[in-house]
Amino acid sequence: MVKILRGRCVVPGKCEGEIVFTSQPISFWGGVDPITGCVNDPRHELFGQSISGKVLVFPFGKGSSTTSLIILELARVDKAPAAIINLRTEPILATGPIVCKHLYGKEIPIVTLDEGTFQLLKTARHVVVDATAGEVIITD
Amino acid sequence: MQLTDQEKGILDGKHGEGARITLSILVDLGELFGAGEMMEVSQVHIDSSIYFVDAGLEFAERLAELGAKVTVPTSLNPSAIDLERWKEYRVPPELLEKSRRMERAYLNMGATPTWTCAPYQGGMIPRFGEQIAWGESNAIAFANSIIGARTNRYADLMDVCASLVGKVPRFGLHLPENRRAEVLIRLIGVTHEMFKDQAIYPLLGLLVGEMAGDRVVAIEGIPQNAGIDSLKGFSAAVASSGAVGLFHLVGMTPEAQTIEMCLQGTRPKEVLEISPTMIRKAEQGLWTTKGDIVDLVAIGCPHFSFMEFRELAERINGKKVHSSIVFWVFTSRTIHGWIKNCGILKGLIDSGIMVFTDACVLRYPKETWHFNVMMTNSAKLANYCYSQTGLDVAYGSLEECVNTAVRGRICRRKSLW
Repeated sequence: MVKILRGRCVVPGKCEGEIVFTSQPISFWGGVDPITGCVNDPRHELFGQSISGKVLVFPFGKGSSTTSLIILELARVDKAPAAIINLRTEPILATGPIVCKHLYGKEIPIVTLDEGTFQLLKTARHVVVDATAGEVIITD
Repeated sequence: MQLTDQEKGILDGKHGEGARITLSILVDLGELFGAGEMMEVSQVHIDSSIYFVDAGLEFAERLAELGAKVTVPTSLNPSAIDLERWKEYRVPPELLEKSRRMERAYLNMGATPTWTCAPYQGGMIPRFGEQIAWGESNAIAFANSIIGARTNRYADLMDVCASLVGKVPRFGLHLPENRRAEVLIRLIGVTHEMFKDQAIYPLLGLLVGEMAGDRVVAIEGIPQNAGIDSLKGFSAAVASSGAVGLFHLVGMTPEAQTIEMCLQGTRPKEVLEISPTMIRKAEQGLWTTKGDIVDLVAIGCPHFSFMEFRELAERINGKKVHSSIVFWVFTSRTIHGWIKNCGILKGLIDSGIMVFTDACVLRYPKETWHFNVMMTNSAKLANYCYSQTGLDVAYGSLEECVNTAVRGRICRRKSLW
């Protein structure tokens, strides 16, 4: 059943994809391999999973300020997540997608949801992210 | 955002393509985070100086080719390599070539060749209350918290934009109301005795970072006599386990002379506690190796200070590093000059310790050095070690690191917690 979740646009854009959900924060630097697009932090519950082309759902970023560079590189080699959904997006996380737009003309939309809405994605499999409209549509 | 005529002119391309791109990126950031206007910063620390991925090199070279220049004093975080001792550091040709290109791009833009992650110990020290734009998570936490300068957690690339424009959007930790602590953390049962072992500071940092997440926290119970290097290790650890740009040490850091001051008269949203058991678990959690085998001892994350070198020299005191161990220390060119002048460097080299400048141990050349297990006194390094280097890791105090290097097997102290 299609369900529309309303949130807030952080970085505009529209895409759809399979959900990868985690309730743990992610540090892209030291947490995601920029060559393979897989989570490479052994302490993370997504360890070993690919985030490339996925709608990556996690509460907020953590750790190094190099996160932006990893996201830009993932975009450069076409291994970036299709979109990001957060509870809160801090500037370090938003920087990669912003620079990506100006340097490579590629979109990585980001939407934030409130806590209750965010949890609905835990069991979702596939979504359409319309960040520009601040919407996430669960299609499966 | 309300932009000035001059800023609008930049966005129209009247001041060149480099200025247009970088201000566009900053304005986008400001719009997303609700900033009303741009504001000047007086100093920038660029984290993006390390060659890591080609996207970073492309970005730097494109701006340099466009003739972009920094407009405020700008320090550089480490390079991927020791730019002088690259042979000794066994830097492969491709990494050397790309690091040289990064060096050329940033120096052409007019940045200061500091090549250090601890610029606050090497001459680039902001004032209390100064508005700055810093990258590098440990340096951000240190500048905001220990010094009381004001910076957001600027990401790689955004730091470059700030240095070229000399401005950032007015939001976040630049504004006093956002510097209020939301969470209060108390140390319970952590005795004065435990603080005699400096390894406690990074471990507390790890716990605080995890508890804080991305919130501003106040911590009660850190001793007033905590040294600057202990606070450096604490800052680095806090910013590696959490998205922490600012913490307050009650009674010590400039914006937290009293608890009321850092809470800005409000009540904390949450009060949390740290116990010795939690410290013990945090320490155990850093270890990914079992047994006592080790082949690399690496310290200087963040870059080693002069006082840390003095302690290292006293502890090694003419003893030799075991033949099965490689012992690396990372520092800045500035500090390297000081230890060379006073003779400390020679003693360390004679003991078999390798001292490198400019570089970051997390990016050591893996093609040319083959290790299995690293020991370090840095909780930040230990935290990132496996994912960044593939090495298993052991964590201990500087004393344990030195004893381990001399004995050739991991030496543990009796834990105080």
